Amino acid sequence: MQVEGYRPLIVAFCCNWCSYAGADLAGNNRLSYPADVKIIRVPCSCRVNPMFILRAFQRGADGVILCGCHPGDCHYTTGNFYTRRRMALLFSMLDYLGIERERTRVEWVSAAEGAKFAATMNDFARKVAELGENKRLEDLRCKQ
Amino acid sequence: MQTVSRDLLVNKAASLLNDGTVQTVLGWRKGLFDYDITPAQFKTEDDIRKNFEWNDNCGANLSKYLVKLTRKLEGRILVFLKPCDTYSFNQLLTEHRFDREKVYAVGVHCDGMKDADGNELERCYNCKSKKHVVYDELIGEEGEVLESKRFEDVEWLESLTPDERFAFWKEQFSKCIRCNACRDVCPACTCEICVFNNPNSGIENKAPVTSFEEQNFHIIRAFHVAGRCTDCGECSRVCPQHIPLHLLNRKHIKDINEFYGEYQAGAEVGQRAPLINYTPDDIEPYEIFDGGEKNV
Repeated sequence: MQVEGYRPLIVAFCCNWCSYAGADLAGNNRLSYPADVKIIRVPCSCRVNPMFILRAFQRGADGVILCGCHPGDCHYTTGNFYTRRRMALLFSMLDYLGIERERTRVEWVSAAEGAKFAATMNDFARKVAELGENKRLEDLRCKQ
Repeated sequence: MQTVSRDLLVNKAASLLNDGTVQTVLGWRKGLFDYDITPAQFKTEDDIRKNFEWNDNCGANLSKYLVKLTRKLEGRILVFLKPCDTYSFNQLLTEHRFDREKVYAVGVHCDGMKDADGNELERCYNCKSKKHVVYDELIGEEGEVLESKRFEDVEWLESLTPDERFAFWKEQFSKCIRCNACRDVCPACTCEICVFNNPNSGIENKAPVTSFEEQNFHIIRAFHVAGRCTDCGECSRVCPQHIPLHLLNRKHIKDINEFYGEYQAGAEVGQRAPLINYTPDDIEPYEIFDGGEKNV
């Protein structure tokens, strides 16, 4: 359900070495992506505990996207391999519980892919905006 | 009915206690009611002869008690293990949660356990194995790993639409009273300090809130044991609200089997759990859904 003037709240976890630099590059190149995307810098995509993602939803995020280096290019050699397994299981579980699968995404964005970063964020924000507010995983006690 | 008689177990425990092989026996004690059988430790032969119990209500998995008891007690501990308990035993050994030298494991043949109402437990109805994967000594016949239909319910849920699934889980989880029994009984949940013990978590606010906040507890609980859950079914057995918690754990087991190859936690000591392992060409998170097209 879409409310007039509704803007989604999107949390993006970006790894310090690739995706955060990718976001930087997007900015340097004057590529626009929605201001609804709130970037959180993490040392590695592997740093993202599945609880962070649940917590973001609990506190009212409408979509959570996790960006890291391409598999094999991790600054810490293997971090994103673990992320990949974890997130596959977590997203599958969220889908199983009836949470819309478009609300979560993992995307591999390297430091040279500023254009991809902007395109990914535009696409993700549009899809989340179509879904509307996250009512299923929010927790009223945690929202401000 | 159990084909192994109580006397066999009692005599075994008494003889091992008397010849000094073990100093403590971990077993099941009679409760107030017939169905109300609790795990207990025995120190003397008298106590065992009087209070030890072995019948269709001995569903409790004793493996988890070893974590604390092996540290607390002097000497060796005799523990009785049903086939499904042996998987938890192995999994705890894999995680170095107790010292194998301090435990004398006696495998007991099991013919399926019942709940308080006399119905067969779900985990026994869908029994995955009658084979003991670890024991020092065996009482009764050794069985085989079975072909079970334990994933049928998960498949049924997967076949529903997201809205139907959400409605199903909302109904189930809204029954949750946050007693934490599922966490306390789980042989995979052995953290000394648990995230759910946080006094700031606000679980005492459950009553004033009508939204669907318990979901997060159950996702975290299930995810925390993903790859380590042996599907022993204790969480569903102890749930006072009869929430089918095993369906969450089985979803993870089913996913792991599909994505990363067949894996049974606890089948062998020293296995590397799927979530602390990887291969360079693992499935991508966007590929897990049917027709998961690559975005952008």
